[in-house]
Amino acid sequence: MSKPIIHVENLSKAYQIGQIGTGTISRDIERFWITKVLGKDDPFLKIGETNDRSTKGDSDIVWSLRDINFEINQGEAVGIIGKNGAGKSTLLKLLSRVTSPTTGEIKVKGRIASLLEVGTGFHPELSGRENIYLNGAILGMRKKEITRKLDEIIDFSGVERYVDTPVKRYSSGMYVRLAFAVAAHLESEILIVDEVLAVGDAEFQKKCLGKMGEISKGQGRTVLFVSHNMAAVKSLCNKGIVLENGLIKKMGDVENVVSYYLTGDTETQNKRTFSSQHDKPEFAIHQIEVNPVGKTSNEILDEYQEIEINCDFTLKDSSRNLHVTFVLSNEVGEPLFTFSHVHGGLKLKHGLNKIKCRLPKGFLNIGSYYLALYVIEDSKKTIFVEKDILAFNVQEGERAIGMWMGKEPGFIKPIFDWSIA
Amino acid sequence: MDNSSQSQNWDLVIKGHSSLFDVKFKDLWHYRDLLFLFVKRDFVSFYKQTILGPLWFFIQPIFTTIVFTFVFGNLAGISTDGLPQYLFYLSGITAWNYFSDCLTKTSTVFRDNANIFGKVYFPRLIMPLSIVVSNLVRFGVQLLLMVCTMVYFYFFPIPGTSFEITAGLLLFPVLVMLMAFLGLGFGLIITAMTTKYRDLTFLVTFGVQLLMYGTTVIYPLSYAEEKGYGWIVDKNPMTGIIEGFRYAFLGKGEFTLWSIGYSAIFTVIILFLGIIIFNKTEKNFVDTI
Repeated sequence: MSKPIIHVENLSKAYQIGQIGTGTISRDIERFWITKVLGKDDPFLKIGETNDRSTKGDSDIVWSLRDINFEINQGEAVGIIGKNGAGKSTLLKLLSRVTSPTTGEIKVKGRIASLLEVGTGFHPELSGRENIYLNGAILGMRKKEITRKLDEIIDFSGVERYVDTPVKRYSSGMYVRLAFAVAAHLESEILIVDEVLAVGDAEFQKKCLGKMGEISKGQGRTVLFVSHNMAAVKSLCNKGIVLENGLIKKMGDVENVVSYYLTGDTETQNKRTFSSQHDKPEFAIHQIEVNPVGKTSNEILDEYQEIEINCDFTLKDSSRNLHVTFVLSNEVGEPLFTFSHVHGGLKLKHGLNKIKCRLPKGFLNIGSYYLALYVIEDSKKTIFVEKDILAFNVQEGERAIGMWMGKEPGFIKPIFDWSIA
Repeated sequence: MDNSSQSQNWDLVIKGHSSLFDVKFKDLWHYRDLLFLFVKRDFVSFYKQTILGPLWFFIQPIFTTIVFTFVFGNLAGISTDGLPQYLFYLSGITAWNYFSDCLTKTSTVFRDNANIFGKVYFPRLIMPLSIVVSNLVRFGVQLLLMVCTMVYFYFFPIPGTSFEITAGLLLFPVLVMLMAFLGLGFGLIITAMTTKYRDLTFLVTFGVQLLMYGTTVIYPLSYAEEKGYGWIVDKNPMTGIIEGFRYAFLGKGEFTLWSIGYSAIFTVIILFLGIIIFNKTEKNFVDTI
């Protein structure tokens, strides 16, 4: 049976934004007077204002986290996801005791080791070996503990040859390797990791993820992991938390949480319905959507699925020769390819048409795509155009730990016929 | 809150507000290895890529002593209580340097280490303590210089001067602790007060320099009393310590239980205040620095 190892209750953190130190001393005095001497609530902490980085608020104080409650059980690997400024880093900072909460409390069982940045406290003049000791001690290890693990750490880092060279002579990759190696060998019950995967080459990335997987799954320790890489979150974690504007939006099984986070993104549009305002004398579009085969357009699309595009429209004039063409563009608007039902040998009827186009399994690579719709007469004249009629993302599917977590080059991944003689 | 979690015993509770005296000495003890690694780091990085290396520890007191002897001893003709001038100034400088290094270096500890403090937790007090200990190493080296000078003047005495080692030497460890903790206490208070408004930092550098002239570094207490300034120099907690230090090694100086007791009480109060303020500040300083 799993026991709670971290318990977070009504956790909030307020930050003062803008300049500190100029024009704030009078306010500081006023605040001190009101809160400490008169014992009232802080008037500068406005309640209910959401912390949205893109809109201007009317208070200098923002809530980076607001009344967060959750519990994490022993041995769970929890992915914390959210956009920039959602409060992820603040949460990690509070958990790792770098700063303290404004209200609420966190209860923890066991030691916490946090890796908010690799190589904290490395001294450029000291050798790799000396830095292993220093960094290890900063992260909470005892000297004899480090001595015991020294060979393992050096081996994992793969910089054996340079271990007695001052780290200022290291390449940045070697630096990071050494730093992660120290952190990975901490013997804490809880490990907090903030996007360290962004560094290092593919081989080392694989090693890091593998090690983290081993820590959480093999050794039964608890891992909190913040990343924007959904493939890494999905394969490493079994639980997820979505933060948005300092609030928990969703929590639970990692699959659900990731798909919630991705579909909650307002910039994508997997389905659109049109009113009669868009009607042309000869053509009226009603609805278009993109979805995984057999599922609705609310589901996320991933790189391994068969994807279909459904489009409903009415042809009003039977005398004219119309056909419908689509152009798929990538996230920067470059057209990737054009496709049309004509190529597939499909003839349109007079009246309502419900056409369906199925892309082969795993055809599109991960990324954002835009679809444009053109209605063409006699294969030469465009009579209706709707650019960006759909905007959708194809996500990383789950990958095994140890696999490359990034995007393969290219936009499509067609499956060809292969043979061997 | 559900009952199941209430009944459990948690190892750590992180809260926004805690009591004033909530200093985590147990944590501090756990991180003692880190303290010594910091000391080693400071020491090694001090003379890396220098030619003279640790010799630099000697150069500053030697030159200061020569200048003081010239300016205050010869030009101004301030009495040295019948001690060899070099020894008189060197002893004052050695003791004063330790105190002032402890004070000035700990007074910027939050600012200098904002980066590392912002990334990882360890008891913050480790950092100022490591500064005090690394300065102790430096003090030891400078003390060695002083002892060498004493040996020299023992064999080649300057006519009309004399000095002797007294039983006051038994109090030497206490005197060192007082210097260290007084500097540390002031440093902690200043660093905690400068996380948000940095004005005080400007005061520290020249304030400590000025304070030296209010201490019996360049003149003996007897001389100040003779001139009628004894009552104010007396109030300086460092006066008792430096006088005691001189008495222990050189046999001159106004060393009484009262003077050392006053310094000791002053030190304890400052250190206590310093730790409380530092402890209070360390929780949130990352947000304002």
